[in-house]
Amino acid sequence: MIKMITSQLNTLWQIFKHLFMRAETVAYPEQMPYLAPRYRGRIVLTRDPDGVERCVACNLCAVACPVDCIALQKTEDEDGRWYPEFFRINFSRCIMCGFCEEACPTYAIQLTPDFEMAEYDRQNMVYEKEHLLIDGPGKYPDYSFYAIAGKAIGGKDKGQALNEAPPVDVRSLLP
Amino acid sequence: MLDSIFIYLIIFGTLLGAMTGAALLIWFERRLLGFLQDRLGPNRVGPFGIGLALADIIKLFAKEDWVPPFADKFVFIFAPTAVMVAMLLGFAVLPYAPGIYIVDINIALLFFLGMTSLAVYSVLLGGLASHNKFALLGGLRSAAQMVSYEVFMGLSLMGVVMLSGSFSLVDIVNAQENLWFVVSQFLGFIVFVIAGIAESHRLPFDLPEAEHELVAGFHTEYSGMKFGMFMVGEYLGVILISSMIATIFFGGWLGPDFLPPIFWFGLKTFLIICFFVLLRAAIPRPRYDQLMSFGWKVMLPLTLINLMVTGAVALWLESQV
Repeated sequence: MIKMITSQLNTLWQIFKHLFMRAETVAYPEQMPYLAPRYRGRIVLTRDPDGVERCVACNLCAVACPVDCIALQKTEDEDGRWYPEFFRINFSRCIMCGFCEEACPTYAIQLTPDFEMAEYDRQNMVYEKEHLLIDGPGKYPDYSFYAIAGKAIGGKDKGQALNEAPPVDVRSLLP
Repeated sequence: MLDSIFIYLIIFGTLLGAMTGAALLIWFERRLLGFLQDRLGPNRVGPFGIGLALADIIKLFAKEDWVPPFADKFVFIFAPTAVMVAMLLGFAVLPYAPGIYIVDINIALLFFLGMTSLAVYSVLLGGLASHNKFALLGGLRSAAQMVSYEVFMGLSLMGVVMLSGSFSLVDIVNAQENLWFVVSQFLGFIVFVIAGIAESHRLPFDLPEAEHELVAGFHTEYSGMKFGMFMVGEYLGVILISSMIATIFFGGWLGPDFLPPIFWFGLKTFLIICFFVLLRAAIPRPRYDQLMSFGWKVMLPLTLINLMVTGAVALWLESQV
């Protein structure tokens, strides 16, 4: 009985002390909360250091996406580089899981610390390539896929990539 | 002539003050609850978010005022008015300062107890008229709770009545000139506070509402201003009980002379309201059977002991003179 009463009084006292503690609230629009650099927010498409878009339209992101919010169509330029003809993300479906970023072999698709994407019209939640593409390289400033990949494109032949040995002539008998 | 104008002024002031207080309490309670829970609480509308009271009133007025087709229409509409009328009538006997009161009747305390008891009809009828099982359960609980807590709410005040020798609240305040009754009647004070919380069915004794179990308890079916009147009635009850505690146990308007008496009355009432909010933030709701057994097995014996000891001491003091 005594313990019951003291426990209640103790609760009252403990809660009363919270009156003088700092509030945890972040007054959001005036005071922006800190978002970690790897925060999973709005999705962007990045460019490599030369300013060419990184995406090679391999469709891995679209396959990995659990809600099927990514749609794209592959096409090729005159150099033989693949790039998406269109690239569409429906952000009204996107759950910001980051699987697309993990699946991407070229670091093209990346999630950014930004979540302010509210719209009055649902159609405006569908982002096209021109909305997604940014000017910079994002989180990986030095990475350029075609500079290290073995694929031959216009201006870069087999064996000319970074750390790549020249191709072996399998029909030659010379050592 | 001048006297009657003065009375009308006080009546008008009481109505205005009580209603404004009840509206502001909606905002103040949420703000204070926020601070107690390490939040900021509503702070957007107007300075410190005080406009929230106004916004809430506008919202309640603008809502659809709907009576369910299965409800007992007359009783359904009567119930929310009853609580407001009863609580507002309770303010009639409250002395704010020497000379500033609406009436000073010699049964003021009984009148107050009677009015707060009438509020139970509002909850009970509201629950009954709704034809809804949750509302009915809420009304059922409130009836049992209020009737049992009513018993020692009245008894706990009898010690004060014995010591001051009067039911009039003005006499009770004047009897505390030397010592507040919270000291000499500490047990009675504790019991009255607990019964008061149960009477205004605030947390932790809000079992008639119990939003976690009973949707919204007795006012599940209510919307718009009818719900608003239950709400205002509850806050009026809080103000009334708080000012009664201030008057009966903390010496009402008595205080140091450098500020007017009405300020001391207001300050004491305000602090007790703050304590009510603190209780809401801190104490969890008991189970229903715990509530009942606590009332009958702990509070009632305590009150009776308090009554007997006070009576014996009062008689002994009288024999000494």
